[in-house]
Amino acid sequence: MLRHLGAEAKVTRDTQELRSASGIIVPGVGSFDNGVEKLTKFGLDKTLSTLAHTDHKPLLGVCLGAQLMTKSSEEGNKPGMGWIDAITKRFQFDASERKLPIPHMGWSYVRGVAEDQMCAGFDDFTKFYFVHSYHFEIQNEDIALINSHYGYSFPAAFRQGNVIGVQFHPEKSHRHGMNLMKNFLALCNECSHV
Amino acid sequence: MLPRVIPVLLLRKNGLYKTRKFKDPRYVGDPINAVRIFNEKEVDELIFLDIEASKAAAAPSLRAIADMTRECFMPLCYGGGLSSLADIEKILRLGVEKVAINTALFYQPEFVREAVKEFGGSTIVASIDYKKSMWGKNTVFVKGGSTSTKRELREYVKAVEDIGVGEVLLNSIERDGTNAGYDIGTLTEISQVLGVPLVACGGAGSMEDIKLAIDQGKASAAAAGAFFVFVGKHRAVLINYPSQDEIRKTIGSDQS
Repeated sequence: MLRHLGAEAKVTRDTQELRSASGIIVPGVGSFDNGVEKLTKFGLDKTLSTLAHTDHKPLLGVCLGAQLMTKSSEEGNKPGMGWIDAITKRFQFDASERKLPIPHMGWSYVRGVAEDQMCAGFDDFTKFYFVHSYHFEIQNEDIALINSHYGYSFPAAFRQGNVIGVQFHPEKSHRHGMNLMKNFLALCNECSHV
Repeated sequence: MLPRVIPVLLLRKNGLYKTRKFKDPRYVGDPINAVRIFNEKEVDELIFLDIEASKAAAAPSLRAIADMTRECFMPLCYGGGLSSLADIEKILRLGVEKVAINTALFYQPEFVREAVKEFGGSTIVASIDYKKSMWGKNTVFVKGGSTSTKRELREYVKAVEDIGVGEVLLNSIERDGTNAGYDIGTLTEISQVLGVPLVACGGAGSMEDIKLAIDQGKASAAAAGAFFVFVGKHRAVLINYPSQDEIRKTIGSDQS
């Protein structure tokens, strides 16, 4: 998708290569503890933190990659990287309502909750593809970026400075995902020209 | 969440086929071309099932899958002949996010349990084929519908859910390719006892059928093969998918 948008992309865990990038995407599939373990094993937790907070590079966490940036998750026992004023919780439905299937798997409409360049081009029918059993719980409303709804309204994305996290999969969301990636690439361009 | 409407593409060697009641595979074209069309129509998801891999105990053709994933920015599920963690890992690396497991669910449940642990439950889809026995009981079949497990469907689905799969793709063998409507009774029965998303498959002939599977059958998604590759009573081959507008009008309300 990035190549489709004219950007160069490379999969790497090499510090030098990460440092030379104008933006970094942190993907993630699997369980929370496994993710934490892998990040620490390769020293990526520290590297990414330096790149995000000292070098101010734009970072985009996707799904588990974003959850790992929060303080903790109900899925695991290990602490997350803890950059973001949020925790990760399991979907929990009221006993009185019909229990929705978990994981939340499929397309849901979203709403930008902040005036932000990441939400440029959103309309009433903007939707993304989600696959998750856990979601962010934001503890500081200032970082709320995009909301969605599954049983109840939940934060689908956050932005804290140059660090962005999305629960959905832009790479699997047709033109909606393409639009979001375009917004992220624009942010990367701006930051690398400062 | 919006109910998903999912084309199921059957692969055989390198062609795209469509069966009727799991028999008489008819060639309908080139899979890459079909993927391109479905991508343009912004389908919710695509499921590929290799209908010969399990029977022939063949490994999946990675090149064919890679050709297809390069074409689309949407969720993809692949099934057929998967029986080792290495098989699954190869598929996922190609950019497929879900794998469907059918025959191995019956013969190697421990392997599926390991796959859930390794790749996460939401990556593993249980694909279950069933038909009614002589006594009217829903019975599970494997190996492309050729072998009875003698297991009753509802009990089997519960056992499979306990393994930790993230989704169940339920396929009625008797309705496959018939356009006679989904097996709403069975969908209703199964969705009541299932805690993960249920994907209905087998029998779709109209958008109204799809609406019924979701509203009455309480399926999270409706999948179909013939409905998306044939048109008219002479079953002319034409890859088709309802417009986003049409889907919104029929089933588009966010039901959660």
